Amino acid sequence: MAKLDKDSLGNTFFIAIFLCLVCSVVVSGMAVALKPIQKLNKELDQKKNILRAAGLMAANATESDDGKSIEELFAQFTVRAVNLQSGEYVDVDDIASYDPIKTAGDASQSISLTSDEDIATLRRRENVSLVYIKTNGAGVEKLVIPVRGYGLWGTLYGYLALDGDLNTISGLGFYSHKETPGLGGEVDNPKWKQRWQGVRLYDDQGEPNVRLVKQRSPVNSTAASYEVDALSGATFTTRGVQNLVNFWSGELGFGPYIQKLKINGVAQG
Amino acid sequence: MASQKEVLIDPIFNNNPIALQVLGICSALAVTINMSTTLVMCIAVIFVTTMSNLAVSLVRNRVPTNIRIIVQMTIISSLVIVVDQVLQAVAYDISKSLSVFVGLIITNCIVMGRAEAFAMQNGPWLSALDGFGNAVGYSVILIGVALVREPLGSGTLMGFEIIPTVANGGWYVPNGLLLLAPSAFFIIGLFIWAIRSWKTDQVEAPEYEIAPNSQYKEAI
Repeated sequence: MAKLDKDSLGNTFFIAIFLCLVCSVVVSGMAVALKPIQKLNKELDQKKNILRAAGLMAANATESDDGKSIEELFAQFTVRAVNLQSGEYVDVDDIASYDPIKTAGDASQSISLTSDEDIATLRRRENVSLVYIKTNGAGVEKLVIPVRGYGLWGTLYGYLALDGDLNTISGLGFYSHKETPGLGGEVDNPKWKQRWQGVRLYDDQGEPNVRLVKQRSPVNSTAASYEVDALSGATFTTRGVQNLVNFWSGELGFGPYIQKLKINGVAQG
Repeated sequence: MASQKEVLIDPIFNNNPIALQVLGICSALAVTINMSTTLVMCIAVIFVTTMSNLAVSLVRNRVPTNIRIIVQMTIISSLVIVVDQVLQAVAYDISKSLSVFVGLIITNCIVMGRAEAFAMQNGPWLSALDGFGNAVGYSVILIGVALVREPLGSGTLMGFEIIPTVANGGWYVPNGLLLLAPSAFFIIGLFIWAIRSWKTDQVEAPEYEIAPNSQYKEAI
């Protein structure tokens, strides 16, 4: 056999096509084979974050204190789709795979926000979002809503959990953000997250009024019940968190829904 | 021809890719904030460098010179995507915190550098050893940097508290600089200094010398 001329045109094409074929088979084979596990991981992560925000699970744990798994704990929650504008429940085709964040990018299923309204810098807001409700017999025990908003480097994505009175915060947690570790990244600090517990959300006029402050008002004053300590060295992140909490619990967020829920109870919504 | 042992051991201290060749700095800055991400990154780089060196070496006699870089890139990126997919499946939390840096292994100069400089000229076994050795050399430095950055920057190691910080009721005020990328530059600089004081043959000859001042005697 004559010695192969590796720089010939034929060989160049052959190698290029052959290599691309082999690599694409390897890559796509891997992606397809691992897809189910990855999807499961993502869903589990989502559920874990909801449970953490609701304070039902410790930060690094994979089960609750009394040994219940994520799936068991999450089964206590009902997932419902809510029309944000009217505050009423709506039906979506496949609620398990409905993604409010993706929907916000679709012009036909979202509204554009003016810069005055858009305190959390979202630009667009979806029409239909999800809520997670845990009931105890008659009333609501926990309500978890997805929240998001711009911090310093990027959007923070998280969950805000409310207690049964729909006015007291029971927890706030972020599952994805790009804030500086050690500064804005302290939004993940369990000690700081604990401070959210028991903070009041709505003032007497029914407007969301959470404030992140450098100096707390005197203990037991009304003002202090709306306040959380700001994160030192993270002014923009702090401002972002304050805005996103107030936005999503306000008129353009879940405000109408929460009002309806307060009046009608779980049954009718 | 270098012996197998030399190929494997040399890159760890004598010819360290970070400390001597100053390659692969980018990811050394990015992932060393805490130890667990560092370790996963090291394992990923070890896998990718070894396998890419092996693969490139296997095809080296067939690859046309004109498209060799693209061939290497394709092999490396395929391997990196495989690593990324596996991480997302088995270590979801860590893959989330490493996010884009796994993808950026593709552009890690060490992987590409070893494929082009070593694997294109040597047999598969030796190339795989070389890739492994270099990635271990990279890992040693990365782990060293993380060992400084995580305890001093956040008071923890592998997520466990070892120095009680003020925020958690202890006494240590964490040094915020160590959480930012530039601190890794300082630490790597100190490592290079230490290694060159120990192995003096790594010190480069100065490119020029300052001539003695021959004028303005009164100024001296």
